Amino acid sequence: MTALPRRALAALALAPLAARAQDLPWSETLRRARGQTVAWHAWAGDERTNAFIAWVAEQAAARFGITLRHVRLRDTAEAVQRVLAEISAGRRAGGAVDLVWINGPNFLSLKQAGLLRRFAERLPNFALVDTVGKPATVTDFTIPVEGYAAPWRMARLVFIADGRRVPQPPRDMAALLAWSQRNRGRFTHPGVRNFLGATFLKQALYELAPDRTVLSRPAGAAFDATVAPLWAWYDALRPNLWRQGRAFPETGPAMRNLLNDGELDIMLSFNPAEATVSVAAGLLPATVRTFVPAIGSIGNASFVAIPVNASAPDAAEVVADLLLSPEAQARAEDPRHLGAPTVLDLARLAPADRARFAAWPRGPEALPPDALGPALPEPHPSWMTRLTEAWERRVAA
Amino acid sequence: MTRALPALLAFGVVAVPVAAGLLGTLLPAFGVLPAIGADGPSLDPWRRLFAEPGLPRATLLSLATGLGATVLSLLLVALFCAAAHGTRGVARAQALAAPILATPHAALAIGVLFLIAPSGLLLRLVSPWATGLDAPPDVATVNDAWGLALLLGLVVKETPYLLLMTLAALNQIPATRLVAVATSLGQPKPVAWLKVVFPLLYRQIRLPVLAVLAYSVGTVDVALILGPTTPPTLAPLLLRWATSPDLSLLLPASAGALLLLGVALTAIGAWLAAERAVAPLGRAWAASGLGTGAGALRAGATLLPFLLLLACAALVALVLWSVAGPWRFPDALPDRVQADTWTSQAAALATPAANSLSAALLATGLALALAVAALEARARHGAAALPWLLALTPLPLLLPQASFLLGLQTALLTLGLEGGLPAVVLVHLVFVLPYVLLSLSGPYAALDPRLPRVAACLGASPLRVFLAVKLPVLARPLLAVAAVGIAVSIAQYLATLLAGGGRFATLTTEAVTLAAGGDRRVLGVFAVAQAAIPLLAFGAALLLPALLWRDRAALRA
Amino acid sequence: MSGLLLENVRIAIGARPLFPPLSLHVPRGEVATLMGPSGCGKSSLLAFLCGTLDPALSAAGRVSLDGAPLDGLPPERRRVGILFQDDLLFPHLSVGGNLGFGLPPGLSRAERRARIEAALAEAELPGFAERDPATLSGGQRARVALMRALLAEPRALLLDEPFGRLDAALRARFRAFVLGHAAARGLPVLLVTHDPADAAGRVVHLAPDAEPVMP
Repeated sequence: MTALPRRALAALALAPLAARAQDLPWSETLRRARGQTVAWHAWAGDERTNAFIAWVAEQAAARFGITLRHVRLRDTAEAVQRVLAEISAGRRAGGAVDLVWINGPNFLSLKQAGLLRRFAERLPNFALVDTVGKPATVTDFTIPVEGYAAPWRMARLVFIADGRRVPQPPRDMAALLAWSQRNRGRFTHPGVRNFLGATFLKQALYELAPDRTVLSRPAGAAFDATVAPLWAWYDALRPNLWRQGRAFPETGPAMRNLLNDGELDIMLSFNPAEATVSVAAGLLPATVRTFVPAIGSIGNASFVAIPVNASAPDAAEVVADLLLSPEAQARAEDPRHLGAPTVLDLARLAPADRARFAAWPRGPEALPPDALGPALPEPHPSWMTRLTEAWERRVAA
Repeated sequence: MTRALPALLAFGVVAVPVAAGLLGTLLPAFGVLPAIGADGPSLDPWRRLFAEPGLPRATLLSLATGLGATVLSLLLVALFCAAAHGTRGVARAQALAAPILATPHAALAIGVLFLIAPSGLLLRLVSPWATGLDAPPDVATVNDAWGLALLLGLVVKETPYLLLMTLAALNQIPATRLVAVATSLGQPKPVAWLKVVFPLLYRQIRLPVLAVLAYSVGTVDVALILGPTTPPTLAPLLLRWATSPDLSLLLPASAGALLLLGVALTAIGAWLAAERAVAPLGRAWAASGLGTGAGALRAGATLLPFLLLLACAALVALVLWSVAGPWRFPDALPDRVQADTWTSQAAALATPAANSLSAALLATGLALALAVAALEARARHGAAALPWLLALTPLPLLLPQASFLLGLQTALLTLGLEGGLPAVVLVHLVFVLPYVLLSLSGPYAALDPRLPRVAACLGASPLRVFLAVKLPVLARPLLAVAAVGIAVSIAQYLATLLAGGGRFATLTTEAVTLAAGGDRRVLGVFAVAQAAIPLLAFGAALLLPALLWRDRAALRA
Repeated sequence: MSGLLLENVRIAIGARPLFPPLSLHVPRGEVATLMGPSGCGKSSLLAFLCGTLDPALSAAGRVSLDGAPLDGLPPERRRVGILFQDDLLFPHLSVGGNLGFGLPPGLSRAERRARIEAALAEAELPGFAERDPATLSGGQRARVALMRALLAEPRALLLDEPFGRLDAALRARFRAFVLGHAAARGLPVLLVTHDPADAAGRVVHLAPDAEPVMP
């Protein structure tokens, strides 16, 4: 994203070595964490997630004496800007952001600038993470995480359709285009500034790019040639979108409202259990059905990171570890709460903990886990950045 | 020197942040921002600004919606007052306008959203039996590219404000007598009012009208909720850059803030020029003999009550969504009514509510103290208290907030001051103090000056005169002005966002964030909570004096 | 010299004086009336005597009361009572509260109540202590206003056209009431009016073109 100006980098060079996690025993970290307050900056656009964070706060208080405060963001970029601004102003400790839910370009930006604490691999529960079967937990958008962030849930792009109106959901982009031409204004995607919206474009790019392998490398000279078929398809799709493609919902939950109100027939989500969760909460009708493209859909992991100037780094680490605990992971995966797939390898868990993840009750609205198909890896962050810019230029014109 | 201290303080509280903000915007706009290593001077920020696709449209939209909202509001108010002069309709409209005025911009905009969205309450009421729709139509009734929804959201809020300002100003004009004379000469009443009263009235309300214009051009919260998105109006566009992780975007954002200032000044200039152009035409019309068109005027006058009813319906929609169970289109009423959303959100409401309240009480308290001190000094020492400084305090109301708040944020950040309650209260004070001063100076001046003199001659020291005579007699206006101050503080969105560094969550910031999507029930809860505080404050301002002075007929009137 | 003494008192707006320098002596228990057209500065003169002159005006000259100079004293220490055309009763206080407003501090509650009741009796308003002033008639309020001023134990009494609001019948009675009480307390009274029927005692004409008046 942006290279920090020289002056700020110089300021960092003089920063104390607190940037590297000390080789303290975990018991010492727990002791120092007690009584601290953690400001977890997390996107607050989804009530289910907010409720889950509130539960985590209760657990943190009860088990570790930590006060967890959910700082509600409209956009993760706000927290990133906060950290950058503080570092630029010379505030190398006592920063406002202790823990931030982060992915992709935002993660890359902070990692490259050396603004993240390296802590994940020393968390006790990190040993339970399925780093082999779920490579997205150690590679975020092709960038090796290297312990600069800890995963806390998996995400998969899924489509959700109203089963009464879409009996045969389109399983690839060409079919989607054809469907939208017959059902004008019944599909859309969030604005591409939103992660979900950008991921929709990336998903389409996967299918339509002439050479898929370039996506795992930085977008360079190959960009224009690779995206040409995508834009050709998108230009044909756009007039058939909701609001003739001239306005877009801001978030996934906004799309959910539209589907519930009957303004849309198909919506997108990052949560494979979205349908179950929303039907249970009365936010979607019970007739919705989940589906994925035939080639599979993009999946990633959500991470939490700790800036180098956090005020409560020890407590933040404890919270990150708490997120990886079997209890928290099981609660997150439970469609009654969040429905987000776990990052843990169930085989590594003790039998008692494994039992927490017993099959959740699912109705016809959800896809069974083995029907989700292959998880496509995220492209290099530069693709998302450039796609976003290009889309904005096309749409604003 | 000490005599002028209150006025200097009041002016300083307003002028220093504005000046610092403008400077903090001016320098980065030309590439000077040491905190991110930009040494400038350079025109690159401007180049980047003008390279932004959609900038011309965004600018035009800001100008058009700003001018349009102001013209419409003024027109509605003038037509209504002309036709309803002397009738009971005026009192009814006034009563209806007061709670709408107390409701913050964001809450009202959310209510309007709930009403006019394609899946909104209005269409639900007539579907499917009248429209045959069982799914919402694919029509952009909100966030439309022309900014019409934004225009409506602005007009809904500004019209009651201008109405109340107009009614207050009418008290100072012998309107009834003038109209009586004109009608006795044969003019129909609405025409008479427009020809005879409006020119006198306009001079008194020019300041509020210009404040409405500046606000409408630079609004962020209403634009985020109802305005166009691709591209948005200028102010939300700037906000996007100002909160981007790419810090270098602060430079074109600052350039854009100056552009916004230019747009607002252009709008004000255009308005004043239009005044000059229209005045001779108006005089010619007024002198042109008996007027026709009374019927059309009366028809136009019904628009204002209709608008007030729409605003009330918006508030009702908010309450309804906050207690709704599952509620699909086209049901006119939710499947069931439940308190669940309130109970589940109670914990999430606690901190923002406490923040909103503490900021409002502190800012209003400080503003009242400053205003009373300044007005008292003016009463006691006359010109030596530099009262003309007080006349300059409405300055921040005539500037779009984004044009100097951005720079203020940078200044606060550099000083390490931003992010907490003190910074937020300080910035809120910049907007609360002018309103408090403007609202209080009337009642203060209306206090019979002989009353404090009598008290002094009876042996009361100045302090005792103030505490035992002036304050009690002014209790009712003070409570009303306090309610105004609280309402202004609660409604602040951009000020809270920037001064609080995004960490000071109030009911308003949360509501605007939630308006981006998600559970409408939760949004309803937050919007109702946000609106409740100023409404309660106004209610208290009405009830407490009645209680306090139940045995004192002179003060109850 | 006892009583109220004015020496070369001048009041001006900017550079323009409102009237020629005025010198006047009002002995204790006597009344002097200042007469003149509206706008000639009568009320401003009284304000100057009270110490509450509008800051926009300037004044010069000496004023003393019972030999002690009043210059430089704040209004609350001058012990000069004033009555206006409007009763100016404090609307937020009861009748008793109004009356007791100027009572010297340090009195016991019983003593305060006694004095207030005595004043009410003199004003022919027994038992009115808890009443709301707004419920009294114009004449009753005027009497309360006088008693309020007298309870503050002034050493001089200024009257700024106090009879103007009352109808003819009431006017004569109230005038007698005021002047009688003032005489009983031995107060020098300075009455300002434009109506010759109200005049009492020595009459002095205050007009911009008149000769300076000597006592």
